[in-house]
Amino acid sequence: MTTDVQSNNSRVEQFLTFQLADEAYGVEILKVQEIRGWEAVRIIPNTPAFVKGVLNLRGSVVPIIDLRERFSLEHCEYSPKTVVIVLCVEHGPNQFVMGIVADAVSDVLDINLADIKKSPNFGSKIDTRYMRGMHVYKKKMIMLLDVDKLLNPDEVEGIESLV
Amino acid sequence: MSIDMSQFHQVFFEECFEGLEAMESGLLTLDMGDIDSEIINTIFRGAHSIKGGSGTFGFTVVADYTHIMETLLDEMRDGRRKVTQPAVDVLLGSVDCLREMLTAIQNEQDVNNSSVAKHKAALEAVLNGSSVAEAPVLPIEHEAVNEKTIIDNIPHVDEEESFELDEQGWKIAFCPYLDLLKTGNDPVRLFRELNELGELTTIVNVQDVPGFYELDPEECNISWDLKVVGNDISGDDIKEIFNWVEGDCEMDIQPLAKTSKPSPTVNNVIPEPVAIAVSNSPAPKPVEVKSKPNAEAKKAESQDSDNETAKNMAKASSIRVDTDKIDTLINMVGEVVITQSMLGLVGENFSMDKVGQLKRGLAQLERHTRDLQQSVMNIRMLPISFVFSRFPRLVHDISSKLDKKIVLKLVGENTEVDKAVVELINDPLVHLIRNSLDHGIEMPADRVAAGKSETGTIELKAYHRGGHIVIEIIDDGRGLDKDKLLSKAIEKGLIEENNLLTEKQIFELIFMPGFSTAEQITDISGRGVGMDVVRRNIQSLGGNIEIVSELGKGTTIAIHLPLTLAILDGQSVAVGDETYIVPLVSIIESINITERMLNKVAGKGETFRLRNEYLPVIRMRKIFNVHSGNPTKSKEGVLVVVEGQGELCCLLVDELLGQQQVVIKSLEANYRRVEGVSGATILGDGSVALILDVPGLVRFSTR
Repeated sequence: MTTDVQSNNSRVEQFLTFQLADEAYGVEILKVQEIRGWEAVRIIPNTPAFVKGVLNLRGSVVPIIDLRERFSLEHCEYSPKTVVIVLCVEHGPNQFVMGIVADAVSDVLDINLADIKKSPNFGSKIDTRYMRGMHVYKKKMIMLLDVDKLLNPDEVEGIESLV
Repeated sequence: MSIDMSQFHQVFFEECFEGLEAMESGLLTLDMGDIDSEIINTIFRGAHSIKGGSGTFGFTVVADYTHIMETLLDEMRDGRRKVTQPAVDVLLGSVDCLREMLTAIQNEQDVNNSSVAKHKAALEAVLNGSSVAEAPVLPIEHEAVNEKTIIDNIPHVDEEESFELDEQGWKIAFCPYLDLLKTGNDPVRLFRELNELGELTTIVNVQDVPGFYELDPEECNISWDLKVVGNDISGDDIKEIFNWVEGDCEMDIQPLAKTSKPSPTVNNVIPEPVAIAVSNSPAPKPVEVKSKPNAEAKKAESQDSDNETAKNMAKASSIRVDTDKIDTLINMVGEVVITQSMLGLVGENFSMDKVGQLKRGLAQLERHTRDLQQSVMNIRMLPISFVFSRFPRLVHDISSKLDKKIVLKLVGENTEVDKAVVELINDPLVHLIRNSLDHGIEMPADRVAAGKSETGTIELKAYHRGGHIVIEIIDDGRGLDKDKLLSKAIEKGLIEENNLLTEKQIFELIFMPGFSTAEQITDISGRGVGMDVVRRNIQSLGGNIEIVSELGKGTTIAIHLPLTLAILDGQSVAVGDETYIVPLVSIIESINITERMLNKVAGKGETFRLRNEYLPVIRMRKIFNVHSGNPTKSKEGVLVVVEGQGELCCLLVDELLGQQQVVIKSLEANYRRVEGVSGATILGDGSVALILDVPGLVRFSTR
């Protein structure tokens, strides 16, 4: 973990970065429970398309969400390289376990919190609520996601009504 | 040095509630006048262990109260006092009061002082009413009550002020030197003498007590803050008591005056003040008033014994398990481990000639796993007596309120059922029994006129049948009047006038919301809410409820419930590439059909004619948006006729796969509720299958 002795500006957090249609995204590593290969899931009827289905994860039933479809990126066939990142999401007092589908996992980065730029305001068209900020690494932009907001079950439902 | 006592609280409360239940059932079986000492002993033991426990944990309110009960019970036990109905009623009331207090403490709320004082006064009235009342405790207790009532009567007086207002006495800081004990002085003896002067409150300061290794048991490391409350105590009296220890301690005696610092301030300074009563002395218990005056002016009306039954369903988050069950489980686990290591050995140097051994091993593993599952499930099973045991009291209270003579018979109390079911079945049963008491059983005079015995009987019966537990409530009362039910239903517009209803359907009318035939609404039942809630609750548990009744002879209400909520018998069906589980209980039959056998109804979807009845058809492919699999298959498929909420309907699936027991997993744990789906399970190949919620599906499809 980070050391609290240091001042707030130089706190370092670790992020797991992954690829999604040539874009780099990152999530807090402490939220990540495990990373596994893609496997067939059981479809849940009448749910938004980006909810691929549920998976048996050692006895608990875990929903899997396709981030490409969630972010309206073009769909791509699942390959052996496709991974599922299992995340632990906090919502109020409850904890949920959910998986997200990503093209590939890239790296674990130490990011100084001071180096996280606020996500720019794209106007009303693009929702930046689920973004924690941006980080530039080797001249590439990494979008850091706020997992708790992105995957909260209410949101998952709310989006359905928006579409 | 400090032990966190709160870790034991849960156990303490459980024991207390168990003790209270034992006391209650004991009190109810007491024969008037004739004293069965064994029963009184049981009650006494219950009271005594509650007193001891609450003293240890510092719940002095409870300890004091129980002490008075104990005094009364003690006299009954010794035969010094007759066991009378009023006394038993007061004791029953006290049990309620104790339960209330304990629940309040458990929930970290304030104890309702006024109700406690009321019950206490009732107890004392019984105690004092006796010619043999000689208990030395009485004056002290009286004082306590008076004091409390005073505090209660002064609204908006805060704690400390009230102390100064109505207390006269002395405050003593008593700090013995280390070798006090070696001189042969015992502080407890001093306190006992002080207590005879007036009401004594002690606060023990243990902050000087060294760690365990440095501790010398012969040294006195403890100091005390004492407070003696009482009129006419002179300083000399106190000095006299401490005469013997004068050279062995530091002492400060001050009168309790308006200027004196109230002891709560002392509490703030000292890290670990432990307020205890001098419980190791056999002398009369001093009354610890300090913890009580939370008497906020919130005059919470003393709760009627009426709604207590609903409240006392404590959410016990732990369960007590028979050691036998645990032993079986441990045995089972041992067997599984042995089989596993045997299999491991076979697998290590595997060759084809070991196939037989492997198969045997696997068969063994399968059996052990099934046994293991069985015994784990068994741990969750509780005897239904957990629910039944509170009904004698309910019947006793209500029948005396209604002036009816009613005997309650319990049959099959040891029938075991899942803990979750036990918890949820209580409220519906209470409701049904109240109904039987109020509407079912007639007044004694009416019964005699009808040629029945004066005393009515309600039988509460539990037994296993199939994978279900059946609970029956049988009364020999007046029964349901079909004509009256019908006319009432028509009057209320619940049914059409010229509807022809079967007997069963007529009885089912009482489950409709807003239906009540009671001419008079009593506080026990008759408002017409409730029966529909009862039915809904039971259905939500996956059970159903049936009524059989004969006018003038009585009514039988039978509740069928699944034994457990964790496992379900299911039929797996295939829809495209998907597998779904249909709960076996809701399946009536399955029929192989072709497309042509379905009739299209304009605007209303499809129906299927089954023996002259037209049933709506739900296409699972359509409703669940399944596109995978071979579409030609939908030309012919399987119709599963299911019943959901009394309605029949057909599910069109591609194939029936097989029956199996499935373990229910919640979808909500990680996701949310999905319409038409009640949960998920994991199949033998590790994949997930959804369990269909048949009533939900019917609702969903009709929208």
